Amino acid sequence: MPKITYIEHNGKSHTVEVAKDLSVMEGAVQNTIPGIDADCGGACACATCHVYVNEEWLNKLPEKTSTEQDMLDMAFEPNNLSRLSCQILVNEDLDGLVVKMPSKQT
Amino acid sequence: MIKTDVVIVGAGPVGLFAVHQLGIIGLKAEIIDNLDKIGGQCIELYPDKPIYDIPAIPECTGEGLTNGLLEQIKPFKPNFHLNERVQEVSKEKNEWKVVTSKKKIFLAPNIIIAGGVGSFEPRKFLTQGIDKFENNSVFYSVKNKKDFENKKVCIFGGGDSALDWAIELSKFSEVTLVHRRNEFRGAEHSAQIAKKLEEEGKLKIKTPYQIVSVEGDKTINAINIKSDSGKVEKVKTDFVLGFFGLIMKLGPIAEWGLNLEKKTIPVNTKDFQTNKKGIFAIGDICTYPGKLKLILSGFHEGALAARACFKIAKPHETYRFEYTTTSKSMQERLGVKKND
Ligand SMILES: Cc1cc2nc3c(=O)[nH]c(=O)nc-3n(C[C@H](O)[C@H](O)[C@H](O)COP(=O)(O)OP(=O)(O)OC[C@H]3O[C@@H](n4cnc5c(N)ncnc54)[C@H](O)[C@@H]3O)c2cc1C
Ligand code: FES
Repeated sequence: MPKITYIEHNGKSHTVEVAKDLSVMEGAVQNTIPGIDADCGGACACATCHVYVNEEWLNKLPEKTSTEQDMLDMAFEPNNLSRLSCQILVNEDLDGLVVKMPSKQT
Repeated sequence: MIKTDVVIVGAGPVGLFAVHQLGIIGLKAEIIDNLDKIGGQCIELYPDKPIYDIPAIPECTGEGLTNGLLEQIKPFKPNFHLNERVQEVSKEKNEWKVVTSKKKIFLAPNIIIAGGVGSFEPRKFLTQGIDKFENNSVFYSVKNKKDFENKKVCIFGGGDSALDWAIELSKFSEVTLVHRRNEFRGAEHSAQIAKKLEEEGKLKIKTPYQIVSVEGDKTINAINIKSDSGKVEKVKTDFVLGFFGLIMKLGPIAEWGLNLEKKTIPVNTKDFQTNKKGIFAIGDICTYPGKLKLILSGFHEGALAARACFKIAKPHETYRFEYTTTSKSMQERLGVKKND
């Protein structure tokens, strides 16, 4: 299974295996990793699953949809590394992906 | 003070259908929601998007579903109390006392919490120190546009509200519109008007910029904004308006002494009662083994909670299971009784 690393804002790192086709958000929630709220349950409607992806991964991820881009406007302190983790589906190519959580989601 | 059989917290799809399930068995409900409109997530987050998994309705929109539910509960004439957050819940003798943000008081033997993921509240600036200026220099809605006449106003956001208010207020105020991207997600037409106003020197647009700090003592007199490239600029301003959409906040529900599990309320699946007798939780807000956050599930949960409310509201009456197809009393309540 692909391994995903989630780094909390305080630096605490969690590396877990996430089944293919789950979202990066679900990987965190199912492993009770703090820092991702996911209030809308993955419907791209709340921006509380915001993460910063590691620079080297930025171009390896599927492009943002316009809905994700719009929702990111509402996230806390978004920047050019920002993604909504519910919109990134895990597959073998994402083995080793590292994402960091913002200091808060709302 | 309003007395009723059941107070329903939340006018989302699940709260609405609960009115129906209570109504057919003869219970009255008052329904309270913090939003200015009826329909919960369906109306606030996806009014135009399709839903395909409501039984017997192959396709409808969030708005369509809400309208259908409103039509279905019309016979019960429920009272809606919108723009009001349920603030306090306390025990008063054998009943529950419910107090809203507008200090309206309800007394009922039952409460059904159909609060979804919490009440919808404006998404706020998270910049340090900005919260103390809320409602004097910082606002998340415009109540009276005259308040901003001939003043300097900074408007943040990229959606329709930000664009519309920037255009409107630019008629008589000095407006700067700030957004973190170059693209606006509001209507193309409005974005074009804003750009035209900028060319004419009637509106300043700052993109891609975000707020980093505020200056001022009792009121704000300037803010600092930072571009993606790291450039910081000071903008003198009297008011700061933020239009970042709404967010769901669990809010006061957490303070009513109910067991909570990750922002949801554990219930038993027999009647969807919480750890407090007479307080039920249905829809997205409740949790139990196997819970699915689906509208369909919320409808079922409401049907069971309604029957349990009956036993508490009318302890001396016998509850009888009946079908709407064949029950005279249910048809009377629905106002459809035919003479046979
Ligand atoms: C984009 C999107 C698409 C979806 N698609 C589907 C789908 O296809 N099928 C499906 O079954 N489900 C779908 N869902 C999920 C569905 O919308 C929810 O399951 C449903 O809205 C839950 O209804 P509810 O009545 O429990 O809560 P909500 O709809 O969340 O309504 C709760 C209401 O309670 C109010 N409230 C909360 N606390 C208070 C308080 N203290 N005082 C006053 N008011 C309060 C809130 O303001 C809100 O209006 C989708 C969700 C999203 C975001
Ligand atoms: S979980 Fe709501 S936007 Fe990702």
